[in-house]
Amino acid sequence: MAVSSEIQAPRSGRVAPKYTRHGSSRGNFEMLAWLFMRVSGLVLVVLIFGHLFVNLMVGEGVHAIDFGFVAGKWADPFWQIWDLAMLWLAMLHGTNGVRTIINDYADKDGTRFWLKTVLYAATAVIIVLGTLVIFTFDPCPPNAAAELLPSFCPAP
Amino acid sequence: MSKTPAGTLYRGREGMWSWVGHRVTGVAIFFFLLVHVLDTALVRVSPEAYNVVIATYKNPFMALLEAGLVAAIVFHAFNGLRIILVDFWKKGPKYQAQLLWGVVGLWVLVMVPFLIRHLTLAFTGGH
Repeated sequence: MAVSSEIQAPRSGRVAPKYTRHGSSRGNFEMLAWLFMRVSGLVLVVLIFGHLFVNLMVGEGVHAIDFGFVAGKWADPFWQIWDLAMLWLAMLHGTNGVRTIINDYADKDGTRFWLKTVLYAATAVIIVLGTLVIFTFDPCPPNAAAELLPSFCPAP
Repeated sequence: MSKTPAGTLYRGREGMWSWVGHRVTGVAIFFFLLVHVLDTALVRVSPEAYNVVIATYKNPFMALLEAGLVAAIVFHAFNGLRIILVDFWKKGPKYQAQLLWGVVGLWVLVMVPFLIRHLTLAFTGGH
């Protein structure tokens, strides 16, 4: 019987259980996470470059940014959706990136578990907070000094 | 000096350094993003609170940090597009090193006009 000299691609066959960190299969999660990084990354290039151009390059740049500037932008649903998409995609993209780094460098199961618990808690707080801010934002809060408010607010 | 043969290993060449750069910039951008959502959330506290905190972004020292942040974002963005090409374009793996020099070239092309505009605004007070 001839011995095959074909060299298989790495990991093309079964991976011995001792080399996998988790016991059972996690389905397609890692592949979907890999795909999400590429798709969200592509969208984020457009969203963040647009964000930086409008906020830092146009007009007086960073000097124009104040409460009135933000209120003026979020009066338009276009920028609400833009910023909402940027918040969710950037946070999930960044969280998955840091998750990958934790998996790479934290060897102990307990260390990995706690680092990821802190990471996911921070992510949840920031995403929920940011989403609430975009949707509950009041451009003309009562009792605020009129000169700090956007020009479309009714006179007190 | 390393005794390993130069030019035949992944270690220490374009592939590794772009990977290191992608990780370092990615982590830096992520921590800024956490802070940036929190400072923007101050619009929900009061116009005064938001304006006071955002004013700290407008001094010349912060302008330099912002320039560093944008430099990190632009590298991460272009190198991310390079990674997509390496993964999905048939000739991507073959040209990964050349693609990195493309990333560096585009980075310079974007950063020069950005720095001129942003630092001019920052150091002249926007007037």
